[in-house]
Amino acid sequence: MNALWEFLSMSDANVRFVTIGSVLLAASSAVVGCFTVLRKRALVGDAVAHAVLPGVCLAFILTGEKNPLILLLGSFITGWLSLIVIDAITAHSRIKEDTAIGLVLSVFFGVGILFLTSIQHSGNENQSGLDKFLFGSAAALVGQDLITFGAVAVLLLLSVLLLYKEFKLLSFDTAYARTLGMPVRGLELLLTTLTVLAVVVGIQSVGVVLMSAMLITPAAAARFWTDRLGAMVLIAATMSAFCGAAGAFVSFTAPAMPTGPWIVMLLSLLAILSFTLAPRKGLLARYLLQRRVRRQMTRENILKTLFQLGEGKGEYQHSYSKEQILERRQQPLLRMKDGLQTLCRQGLIQKNASGWALTESGKKEAQRVVRLHRLWELYLTQYLQVASDHVHEDAESIEHVLTPELEKRLEELLDYPTADPHQTSIPQQP
Amino acid sequence: MNIDAFWIIFTGALVAICCSLLGCFLILRRMAMVGDAISHAVLPGIVLAFLFSGSREIWTMLIGAAALGVVCTFLIEFLHKKVNVQADASIGVTFTWLFALGIILISVYAGQVDLDQDCVLYGEIAYVPLDIWLTESGMNLGPRTVWIMGGVMLVILLFISLFYKELYLTSFDPAFAAAIGISTTLWYYLLMGAVSLTTVAAFESVGAILVVALMVGPPATAYLLTDNLKKMLVISAVLGIVSSAAGFYLALWLNGSVAGAISVVIGVQFTLAFVFSPTHGLISRRRTSSPGRTNLPKEDTTTIEPAL
Repeated sequence: MNALWEFLSMSDANVRFVTIGSVLLAASSAVVGCFTVLRKRALVGDAVAHAVLPGVCLAFILTGEKNPLILLLGSFITGWLSLIVIDAITAHSRIKEDTAIGLVLSVFFGVGILFLTSIQHSGNENQSGLDKFLFGSAAALVGQDLITFGAVAVLLLLSVLLLYKEFKLLSFDTAYARTLGMPVRGLELLLTTLTVLAVVVGIQSVGVVLMSAMLITPAAAARFWTDRLGAMVLIAATMSAFCGAAGAFVSFTAPAMPTGPWIVMLLSLLAILSFTLAPRKGLLARYLLQRRVRRQMTRENILKTLFQLGEGKGEYQHSYSKEQILERRQQPLLRMKDGLQTLCRQGLIQKNASGWALTESGKKEAQRVVRLHRLWELYLTQYLQVASDHVHEDAESIEHVLTPELEKRLEELLDYPTADPHQTSIPQQP
Repeated sequence: MNIDAFWIIFTGALVAICCSLLGCFLILRRMAMVGDAISHAVLPGIVLAFLFSGSREIWTMLIGAAALGVVCTFLIEFLHKKVNVQADASIGVTFTWLFALGIILISVYAGQVDLDQDCVLYGEIAYVPLDIWLTESGMNLGPRTVWIMGGVMLVILLFISLFYKELYLTSFDPAFAAAIGISTTLWYYLLMGAVSLTTVAAFESVGAILVVALMVGPPATAYLLTDNLKKMLVISAVLGIVSSAAGFYLALWLNGSVAGAISVVIGVQFTLAFVFSPTHGLISRRRTSSPGRTNLPKEDTTTIEPAL
């Protein structure tokens, strides 16, 4: 607790730099990442991250010093070049995009490694610290870096804010954007530039490999919480900023812990939580919905069976035992028991000595399902010319989803029929 | 040529053959980036194997890493198919997560694990001749890595030649393969298992990046030179061997990393094919598109096209 308090008070200048730096980097790359992910170019960030290395080394070879601005410029140029090369390869040959990305990524990185090792072997004492670009070290952030990062982050956020509408259109409907007369090519180029910029600065805190997580993971997680772009960008940025601060805290309490990998680890855990728990799109929500639908279908099928059992004699509220129901309709015993109990609770059936019987409201509900089933069978035979012995299966599944509106339309279309294709009567609406 | 240079080039060539043969199937299935993901994701497997066995025992490492490679492909598939994450995003999320896990494990057990990040990323093939395998009687059997890579290459060669038909069909026409009773899922995971095996056997000497370069580069170059899968396999293996030899001398000349230099040569090979390939190169494409038809359709109707 004390450590948390000490961390939050930010009395230590070093802690301040690392935390603010991580938060800025994480949040700005998450914002840009949302657009790259939506444009289905998520892995391009990975290529840019690897392509940064030769630029850094070249800049160092040419100037012989580690001026952060010149190194940034060098990395920016090669990062940008890598994207151009990927586009050129996919446009002018039959190589697919994933292959082009993998190729550019590894070849650019190989060039970088060759330069880097060559510099290291050359004995230039100035070179130590160049590999910061390789693995990132958020813990080594100093005041000078912070100003650069802050400027870049503000630039990124401002451009996204100002061109929000244009970027949104570009991400979802490029063709429409073009018909509106937007400079699509220019906007694409600008978005690419912003991505490269985010990667170039972000790489210094998390390193080459993990940089793509900073772009992709928050966006993929945020996508599960909302369908609105604005909300998605906000959620992604908040998640990232939080993980940035938390990662800095981890390496504050345990100095041996690297900040970057912890940021990515926390982001991934948040993403996994989102994938499972998010409302509507999450795994859990979808599983629950499926289960609810399945149970509803079981119950409706039981009602239907009870109705059909009584149909021959016209005695719909007669009791039947479980065996009789099963004989008429095969189904898993456990699932049926569960369904019978729920139906009983809902007052649609009641239990007596000789088994289960429909109540008055249960009969109505059963009639509704049987009616939909037979209406649909009739529709298939009359309008789609399906043979009458082929329509049952299809009606079995659609009877559970037809809405009252559709029911009405079907009835009108079939001219208020009274018998289905098998010449059994269609129960009328009470 | 001295004996050390020979061993380095020989190791490089062995790695190149394994990677480029498997790479052909990867790029035809449009899964080049899955190969990239696996090559990074094996890291936690290697670290965990270290921790459990307490040594660089090759078998535990191979098993640990191959298991993680398969876990990685499984996660990618699961996120994409079951959770509905976009395909490229599911790759990105999975491998970065596993890589971060690996680095954190290394930092936690820094005292016990003799591994570091740069070794994982770009390895050091120049140290191959130093790790000599001596028998109990003191006989020199050559570098240990050569034996390991040689074994892996045999496995890969057997795998591809015995099951060529299955691999071919599941890559090009999964629907037909399924219809005649070949399980696409099984062959998908077997291929990914082979990729993981190669990656982990190669990582110590050449690192993750060269594995990706060799898996994607030579097959991509071969893909521009031929329309026949068998020829493509042979060409890419030859290109891989050439690049490892040329890369070694380039590295010697620039006094830099051999792995880096090999990827540079691979890049040069691809550029040459991209421009000068007689069938699919930039120049021949220009020539076939006569002045009247400047807007040639981009899709070409050649035989090597996966039905995905």
